[in-house]
Amino acid sequence: MQFDPFIIPFNIGLYFILIYAVVRSVMWFRDLSKQDKLRLQRGFFGRSFGQSLKEIFMESLLHRKIFKTNFRLGYMHMSLAFGWFLLILFGTLEADIFGSSHLNAPYKAIFFKYFNPDHGRAGFEAVWSFVMDFLLAVILSGLIIAIIKRLYSRIVGMKKTTKLRPLDKVALTSLWMIFPSRLIAESFTSGAYGTGSFLTGSLGSWLASFLPAHEMAYPFWWLYSLSLGTFFVLLPLTRYMHIPTELFLIFARNSGITTGDKAGAFTDIQTYSCSSCGICIDACQLNFSTGITNIQSAYLLKGIRNNENVKDIAFNCLMCGRCDQKCPVGIELTPIRMLRRRAGETEHVEKSILKRYFPDKPSFNPVKVSEKPSFDFLPSSRPVKADVVYFAGCMTHLTPSIRNSMIKILDASGVKYKFIDENGGVCCGRPLMLAGQDKEARELINFNSKLILKSGAQTLVTSCPICYKVFRESYYLDIEVLHHTQFIKNLIDEGSLKLNFMRKKVVYHTPCDLGRGSGVYDEPRDVLRYVSRLQKTDFDNENSLCCGGSLGNMKISYKQKQIIAADAAARLTKDNPEILATSCPLCKKTLAAATETKVADIAEIVAEAIMLPNLMKEKSNPMLIVKEPVTI
Amino acid sequence: MDKFGFAISQQRQIDFEANRRDIAEYISEKEPSFRVCIECGCCAATCTTGNFTPFSLRELLILLKRGENDKVRDNINKCMLCGKCTLVCPRGVNTRNVISLAREAFQDRIKNAV
Amino acid sequence: MKKHVIVIGGGPAGMEAAGQLIKNGYDVSLFEKDKTTGGHLNEWFKLFPDRRAGSEVLDYYKNLISGKDLKIINSTVVEKVGQSGGSLTVSTKEGIEHTADAVVIATGFDLFKSTRKEEYGYEIYDNVISSADLEAMFRKGAVITSEGKTPKNVGFVHCVGSRDEKVGNLYCSKLCCITAVKQAIEIKEHVPGTKVYCFYMDMRMGGAYYEELYREAQEEWGVNFIRGKVSEVSESINNRLIVKVEDTLAGRPLKMELDMLVLMAGMEMSEAGKKLASLTGLKTGDNRFFSPADHHYGSNRSNISGIFYAGACTMPMNITETISHARAAVADVIDYLKDSKR
Repeated sequence: MQFDPFIIPFNIGLYFILIYAVVRSVMWFRDLSKQDKLRLQRGFFGRSFGQSLKEIFMESLLHRKIFKTNFRLGYMHMSLAFGWFLLILFGTLEADIFGSSHLNAPYKAIFFKYFNPDHGRAGFEAVWSFVMDFLLAVILSGLIIAIIKRLYSRIVGMKKTTKLRPLDKVALTSLWMIFPSRLIAESFTSGAYGTGSFLTGSLGSWLASFLPAHEMAYPFWWLYSLSLGTFFVLLPLTRYMHIPTELFLIFARNSGITTGDKAGAFTDIQTYSCSSCGICIDACQLNFSTGITNIQSAYLLKGIRNNENVKDIAFNCLMCGRCDQKCPVGIELTPIRMLRRRAGETEHVEKSILKRYFPDKPSFNPVKVSEKPSFDFLPSSRPVKADVVYFAGCMTHLTPSIRNSMIKILDASGVKYKFIDENGGVCCGRPLMLAGQDKEARELINFNSKLILKSGAQTLVTSCPICYKVFRESYYLDIEVLHHTQFIKNLIDEGSLKLNFMRKKVVYHTPCDLGRGSGVYDEPRDVLRYVSRLQKTDFDNENSLCCGGSLGNMKISYKQKQIIAADAAARLTKDNPEILATSCPLCKKTLAAATETKVADIAEIVAEAIMLPNLMKEKSNPMLIVKEPVTI
Repeated sequence: MDKFGFAISQQRQIDFEANRRDIAEYISEKEPSFRVCIECGCCAATCTTGNFTPFSLRELLILLKRGENDKVRDNINKCMLCGKCTLVCPRGVNTRNVISLAREAFQDRIKNAV
Repeated sequence: MKKHVIVIGGGPAGMEAAGQLIKNGYDVSLFEKDKTTGGHLNEWFKLFPDRRAGSEVLDYYKNLISGKDLKIINSTVVEKVGQSGGSLTVSTKEGIEHTADAVVIATGFDLFKSTRKEEYGYEIYDNVISSADLEAMFRKGAVITSEGKTPKNVGFVHCVGSRDEKVGNLYCSKLCCITAVKQAIEIKEHVPGTKVYCFYMDMRMGGAYYEELYREAQEEWGVNFIRGKVSEVSESINNRLIVKVEDTLAGRPLKMELDMLVLMAGMEMSEAGKKLASLTGLKTGDNRFFSPADHHYGSNRSNISGIFYAGACTMPMNITETISHARAAVADVIDYLKDSKR
């Protein structure tokens, strides 16, 4: 029986983490909703199983998505994750093939060299030793990048790296110690026996030339085992919990589980799946335009994990969803933030160690000012009958050219429509939801729903992406909901709207709530291509920028919003287009104040291109055509 | 004084010393743009809620600053947070955050009272 | 040999500076971007506070700059002033260079483009006009709506493009209030039965006889003043303008239908001035106007020796102030050329 006391720390750690992972998974599964449980069962034993395995291989081991964003960062993650995985795999095989028996306990593979110091002298054994040395070298190269990244984050091309807390530091140090201590331990043993391949062999014989290799090896095997054991035991308290959690997340997501609008086990799983890689920080405009670097999703999730009061973080966000798109783990960051906003203020409780291993489910009891409804002053809605109802939205009333263009388009198309908020309507409710006040939002949603349903309309058209998103997601309307760009696209396709081609060079800014928020990318571009020369930008579709005017952020100042807007406008108008087109009144207003380039909504461009000259209101008074400068 | 048939009514006056202006101070600290309001009324003119019911953000802000909190507490929840006022404010007051902070402050007071 | 001074800009400030420099025996060239000198003054029908004709002041300038010593170069845009040796080189847009011993910049201001306040509907609704458009109507003697009718209700919106962070102008243009009062009275003069409403945030009546004119507008002409900033303008079915405003003194929202709405556009640093500043390396302030060497005792000096400022290129000014400022610039030029060893 091969045994030495130094393996004890490793064994304790290993069995602890295995049992812990199982227990935690069971707890998460238990906390899933009934439907989600079913989904996961079907997903686990169904077709998505293969998909999950593939994703685990591609993302958790190879880190393909990180590679795509940043090669050096990708290599770092891959060399550590995939390298370690292969080292364990080949180590296990090594112990199986060359060891004294088959189906060994894990420690025999991990400490193979210690128990088989003579192994690897020649032939197949030597080739195998070479492979093991090579894998160790790959991991060490990744480790060097990781250490450099921690010390000088710019070197790996990351502008920001996340800040750590003490326990993370201990875990990080133990993680960093694992491979160097293995290298030195193996090298000393190899040096003492004259074995080992290019790495451990060479280093070993050099060390042995001036040190007592045999005696030196033993403490380093202890160190190796202690590092592993410490790392495993601390893992649940640190961000490295993401390693086991991500596996669960991949299975859950591929089974069709989404965040939805209720916090639960899936939110928890996602929160623990964040590796704090910091890619969300680089994607965030608050970071690269205004230099705010402490509110990004990685910090939000870290704060939630550490049971901190994250209210200020949760509300300081444009809710643009750029980080969701970039997150290599695919965490639904913006929906989680929405849930967090609704949770209100949480009190910070210093938790016992046990509680930190098995945290309570967060419970929130926000105090209401009063239990009476906030909007009982709203009148009962009077029905209007129409096939199509047009809801301009609050913001559109501040951009009369969009509103007038839409009226012109609706008139020109011959559609029987009713303008339901012509004299000002009731807010769609999304701004309240963004402020975490879902209950109050529901009152507005009910009011508008009644108004829309009573109209008997089959189609609801809106000019505001903010309204569009909430109409689709949170209203229970059994009718077609269209953003005006989709509606215009339909009119063009049906032939009910005849347009001239305008030779203008146009770039398109995708509004967050329309693009990433609702997945409407193609229709606006199709319409623009139909009437103008649409140019590409570096920020098209999923990679679009936020205009800065977002209602999602309640914390930044107008000045900071302006900086974001100016930065976004400058990036979008890099190639000097004639028009910076968008499809949101708020984006239009924000961008127009930030650039010299003409900013126009797609509706305005289309209205100008309508082939019906009789719709144009003639300027009858020549006096008014003279727009002259004032003098004193 | 009584012989003239008039008495200075205490209710008529804003008792600047006695009134609690801690809510206004709390908001000013967290959202400094609250301080730069010049009472132009543009927010109240564009207000979605104001279209349906007596509700003037301008009035509520000045009342907060004077410590006349009762009317603010009774009305602040009528706001739909639609953001039009933020968009038209010539002084760049972050009105939505001011309202959120005011609601929060009143909530905390209720919590403390309980 | 006479020293050569180049004046950039042929509005009141430039003409005043050029005229005074000629009187002091300098060789002066005046560059004007338009076909004629006069600047914004050409567009002006009457001047506040006494409502004298703008042409009277133009006549004064005709006399001042008619001497044959003054070279006026019209339709020429100056883009840059460079320093070479002890003298200055003025480059035009066409690339022609002129040498000067001193330069006076009098590029003036541009009127705020009211289209930037989209919610007010300028160039969207026909009867929303700017203060300058109204002056054009006064000059032509016809205050009429786009339908050719006499307006019964006319509104004035103060502070359009001034005191507004949303358009990036924190400053007060300080002339729009008195201009609105003057124009309100003129509307009443042209169309006596018309009702006039001024929507203001604050009435800033700091100049000589401004407050008196404000009082006259109320007392004699019955102009109504409503304290509240207009948030948005829309159109009713019968093409009348609807303004949304809060009557802040009454504490109630106010909705009003108007036949015509006049936007009191503020003053901004001119585009030509901005370009000149960036190519020459002249300092500009947060308000984008030229930033003088000292706000108290150096308001005509720039950060480059030999280059001086006159008039509204440094801040919003009325004509009286512009003339004083231009004369002060001339005093600085004389001082500078006396001291210089060349």
